Amino acid sequence: MTDQFDPTSAEETRAIVADALASKTPLEITGSGSRRALGRPVSADHVLSTATLAGVSLYEPDELVMRAGPGTPMEQIRMQLDQHGQMLAFEPPDYGPLLGKAAGLGTIGGVLSGNLAGPRRIKAGAARDHFLGVEAVSGRGELFKSGGRVVKNVTGYDLCKLMAGSWGTLGVMTEVTVKVLPAPEKTRTVLVSCAAAPAAVAAMNRALSSPHDVSAAAWTPEPAAARSAVGYVAGAQTALVAVRVEGIGASVDARCAALREELSEFGDIEELHTHNSLTFWREIRDVRLIDDAADPGTAFVWRISLPPDAAPRLLEDLQVTMACDAVLDWGGGLIWARVAGISDGGSYVIRRSLAASGGHATLIRADAGTRSTVPVFQPEARGVERLTRNIKEAFDPEGILNPGRMYDGI
Amino acid sequence: MRMPDPDADVLSRRGEIIAALRRIVPGEGVIAEEEELRAYECDGLTAYRQLPMIVVLPETVQQVSDILKYCHGTGVNIVPRGAGTSLSGGALPLEDGITLGLGKFNRILDIDYPNRCVTAQPGVTNLAITHAVQADGFYYAPDPSSQIACSIGGNVAENSGGVHCLKYGLTANNLLGIEMVLMDGEIVRLGGRHLDAGGYDLLGVVTGSEGLLGVITEVTVRILRSPATARALLIGFPSSESAGNCVAEIIGAGIIPGGMEMMDKPAIHAAEAFVNAGYPLDAEALLIVELDGPEVEVDELIGRVETIARENQAESVRVSTSEDERMNFWAGRKAAFPAVGRISPDYYCMDGTIPRHRLSEVLTRMNELSGRYGLRVANVFHAGDGNLHPLILYDANTPGELEKAEEFGSDILRLCVEVGGVLTGEHGVGVEKRDLMGEMFSEIDLNQQQRVKCAFDPTQQLNPGKVFPTLHRCAELGRVHIQSGQTRFPDIPRF
Repeated sequence: MTDQFDPTSAEETRAIVADALASKTPLEITGSGSRRALGRPVSADHVLSTATLAGVSLYEPDELVMRAGPGTPMEQIRMQLDQHGQMLAFEPPDYGPLLGKAAGLGTIGGVLSGNLAGPRRIKAGAARDHFLGVEAVSGRGELFKSGGRVVKNVTGYDLCKLMAGSWGTLGVMTEVTVKVLPAPEKTRTVLVSCAAAPAAVAAMNRALSSPHDVSAAAWTPEPAAARSAVGYVAGAQTALVAVRVEGIGASVDARCAALREELSEFGDIEELHTHNSLTFWREIRDVRLIDDAADPGTAFVWRISLPPDAAPRLLEDLQVTMACDAVLDWGGGLIWARVAGISDGGSYVIRRSLAASGGHATLIRADAGTRSTVPVFQPEARGVERLTRNIKEAFDPEGILNPGRMYDGI
Repeated sequence: MRMPDPDADVLSRRGEIIAALRRIVPGEGVIAEEEELRAYECDGLTAYRQLPMIVVLPETVQQVSDILKYCHGTGVNIVPRGAGTSLSGGALPLEDGITLGLGKFNRILDIDYPNRCVTAQPGVTNLAITHAVQADGFYYAPDPSSQIACSIGGNVAENSGGVHCLKYGLTANNLLGIEMVLMDGEIVRLGGRHLDAGGYDLLGVVTGSEGLLGVITEVTVRILRSPATARALLIGFPSSESAGNCVAEIIGAGIIPGGMEMMDKPAIHAAEAFVNAGYPLDAEALLIVELDGPEVEVDELIGRVETIARENQAESVRVSTSEDERMNFWAGRKAAFPAVGRISPDYYCMDGTIPRHRLSEVLTRMNELSGRYGLRVANVFHAGDGNLHPLILYDANTPGELEKAEEFGSDILRLCVEVGGVLTGEHGVGVEKRDLMGEMFSEIDLNQQQRVKCAFDPTQQLNPGKVFPTLHRCAELGRVHIQSGQTRFPDIPRF
């Protein structure tokens, strides 16, 4: 029988993990469970949820810092930041609907443990870059801390970096401290019709290499653009490059004008104002443009991080071997691809292509059977794999925290 | 500062080790003569000196790998060294260790505009990366004050910051990939030209690991388009409190300046006497606020900052109207350390970070400490992110004064931790702050960090004696201690 543990304090969390260690009982570590279907299926007898370790314990807007329990809902954090015109600059995405769950369920701990980031990643960094301090229970049943509440800190190893993106396999977070930043006063988006991937990546590179301080650059091929709730995007009936500009009013206007000029050689130009911009970039952030409304949401979805100039080639490799619907974000450095009609979900083709360019692919959505046979996370080179195993051993020697979620035994 | 006891067996094998190294690195690359070794006896923290047993200057990754493999097999310790500008003794040699200098790794390997990154060997200076791309309008954002001399490999090892890191981040936030050689000689690549890690963020934890995890042999960093323009304000305040309030209100108003630096009265006077930048000598605190970006934005924000400054009792506000004037505003700040060097025979630079709103309290208590120790202190301060650089003035020729300065410094760092800050913002722990780590971390915290060390370097031969106050053996750290009653999971079969 599976029990669920809902600790309400760090000490209680530590005691539960220590007990599990003593009886070598694997635990599935979750928050709200909104991304539970992401990763390899975990074989654990019991569930330890951090959802009850919730609440903002410190928020000092002038100091750009917030401290909270890992189970604090993202919605609550967004609302509190909103009141002071601030934000988490890495634009945490909500993959709930993509993974067949409701929107708005995620927690700050989940966002950090997956090192998630939205379109602003290219300018502001990912979750890892805003993760200032952590307190967590290791698989040794010990409560440890790393980092602090200040941005400038090189005291000791930065274990926040390891916790970010470790999907609960190294420790159970009990408290997190993050950097927050002012939200922009105004947002505009320049749209450029651009049918071919190589030209789209070139246009995005032009924008990102300009002095106009672009905060996001994405490319939606025609089928993806057509799914947008924004009339200008859906009605364009063509593939679009979208370039976002944020900041104070006068500056945004001037930069938009300059970008329109600079990008005009790539195609026709349109512009989205604040409301439509916010809608469109939320669709990009939460990956809402690759699924058909009629699709039950079961096709494989990949998230591929790679050098931007390698994206067109990888897209081509995908398109000649399988049915594929894709969107580019991060100026081409991130491919979201929904694929079908191929037995291994496309893993072989994608990873063969990445072997030449460098980068990594994560199988974000697939049925449990596929997730236990196809490598969900990017397989690592031998030397790196050895380090990964050593790190797991350092934090969780008995393999009781989310065992197998990332790799076999990890 | 106590370093690990030298291994007599290793010292007795010195001749044999030199011969082995010469087989790996032919020619001038192995240094064994005392007068040549002298150049490596310290880094930027000159108070600590130790002649290395041998210095080796390899030229290829394969040589680095072969050296480490040899040392791994024969139990010889390694101290990696970049440009030797560390202010925390990170490259302090070991009596029985080999200092492995990466100065010959001095080439930029690739400039990649389509992916907006540069790949360089670790010995390339920070500024050389900007120089390589600035004709095309790009730059590398992190700018430690030593950027003309410090190496990019050293920047990765220390996670270096600089004046602009409030807006543009530290080295960790601008680093895409490295090639690194582990102690057993294995060459690994972490990251590349893409963003983030597919598995654990090993690149993230290696950044700032102070040469204890591996020897970096190649670095890929992001480059940014240079901002269209930059202008600065020079603002004098009647108290550090009003200057601190001004900083809080600027950030509270949603403005993140490119740089925001504060100096106290002793630092203002020392800098002004040195470079005649036109600093207000009657001000108790001086703020330099630089705004960069598109012209319309900078013009608008300059106005907003000026308004905030005047609302916070600013006694003088000057706005740069030309690039020369902007550079002049910075000249005093950038020369603050040598300027202080002119008014005192020696100075000791500290590097704590505090939550900004505790600033005036910390300065007041620092002044009390200054009185108690009978040593003057001048403060320069990365105001935007709370990183303090108190410069303690002393005279090394006066017996006991260095020790007094060190004790004063330790008290300042304890104070930083007490108010919610940290021991080091950007200079690193090294040997300097090693024994203060217990002020910030419990034994459990430190043991967990050392287990990360063990994951990369199980024989603990890379830069031993740095960062950790107590060295535990990896086997001992790896043991699992079961302390629970097991009552919660009584029926679970063990596997």
